[in-house]
Amino acid sequence: MAGQSDPSLSMFSAAEVEFLAEDEMVEIVPNLNMDTLNLICVNFIFFGYFLSLSQGDFGPFRPQMATSVPLWLAVALKKRGKCTIRCPQWMSVEKLTQVLEAERDSPAQFQPLPFHYVEISRLLFDNARDDIPDMYMARSLIEDIRDVRFHKFESGLEKISSSTHVVKLKNLSAMEVNIVRPFFVRALQAFAKHDSPQMIHHQQDAMSSRQAHPQDDGPRRDLRRR
Amino acid sequence: MASSSEGLGLGFGSEDVDPSIAMTTDVELLKRAWRNEKAAPEILQFQHELVQRSSEQVQLMEETVEDFEQNGADPLTVSVYQMDLDRMQFLLRSYLRIRLQKIVKYMIHISKSEAWSRLSEQEQKFSKRCMDDMEKHLNQSVLSRLPYGYQSILKQSISSEEDDMVPQPHLDTYVFCKSRTPLGALQIADGEDPMDVLADFLYLFHYKSIRSFVESGHVDLF
Repeated sequence: MAGQSDPSLSMFSAAEVEFLAEDEMVEIVPNLNMDTLNLICVNFIFFGYFLSLSQGDFGPFRPQMATSVPLWLAVALKKRGKCTIRCPQWMSVEKLTQVLEAERDSPAQFQPLPFHYVEISRLLFDNARDDIPDMYMARSLIEDIRDVRFHKFESGLEKISSSTHVVKLKNLSAMEVNIVRPFFVRALQAFAKHDSPQMIHHQQDAMSSRQAHPQDDGPRRDLRRR
Repeated sequence: MASSSEGLGLGFGSEDVDPSIAMTTDVELLKRAWRNEKAAPEILQFQHELVQRSSEQVQLMEETVEDFEQNGADPLTVSVYQMDLDRMQFLLRSYLRIRLQKIVKYMIHISKSEAWSRLSEQEQKFSKRCMDDMEKHLNQSVLSRLPYGYQSILKQSISSEEDDMVPQPHLDTYVFCKSRTPLGALQIADGEDPMDVLADFLYLFHYKSIRSFVESGHVDLF
């Protein structure tokens, strides 16, 4: 099936992370009449102000009456020209400029942004460009924010050492986690592997008895040296 | 504390909601199970009731969509319901598939360990058949032609003391996770001070040290 990622390579594909992001809520202003929709796919981790929704019901949709819907529904209606999407507050040029400045000023911290900010902004830029004031400005600000944040994990990676057992992060977003996962995991694995006394022992054993050991990624055997 | 930690400041406000008041829908639970299953190196407990309920919902929705189509309802409404249905089905299928992938990869190990009890009845059946077929295939195509002593599907040779040809999940790995409630002080590594695990932070832990919390549902993997 499309979007099914290979678990051994990376855990989630970008499309799968986007799938999760599509359940975040956005506000739309419909221009059609449609009765209340009772949907199954409702995400109940909400941003505080969407708390009052009753379960699974969206709408009724009346022209010019703003209402909150999951992003996938907003995008679907937008594609059919049935609504305008209200740009989320955090995506205003003013807010993003503040975030970017704060992000640059504090080299050790990440600024709070929605967990799915990368995917949400991307979906809105792709599908609702006319609803976002100063679209080009906002887009380049978000790109800058991503770059600054990415640079921070890179320097964070340098801090990993043999005495690192846990990494604690705050305000990392979903897409960022997905991108840094292989680097962090492999760095920690490598340190743990080269550091553990058993491993050194184990390798000596293996060398002397030529015995291969069970491996995680399928039956495989060390080839004999020619 | 010898862990590198970064970040301060409060969350975006989304997760400040007390988990006991926040209602959780089946979709949310399924999403959680799906994410955990994808991120965990080994196979987790099959979410029997959740899958049952979710497939009932899918069925119900299918009937609704069919009714709508027959009654000539507004095509837009129908397509929205259809999209909702597709999303739910994707989630359910992907959850089942990721488990099947793990079963195919580690079937022999699973059948010989306590992980067997984490499979659903159908998955156990599938696993057995898959193992039989694999064994038959390997015997016919390769193993029967090898010299005596090298014919086992489990061992490299007769001199191996343990089953060293059985792929095992790599538990010695690290996972990203978030706790839904503060877990208190945890002993993360030998010879280290216990560390306070707070809600809302994203941690990268050794899988073995938080395995029990994933099973009990206190911790979500990402």
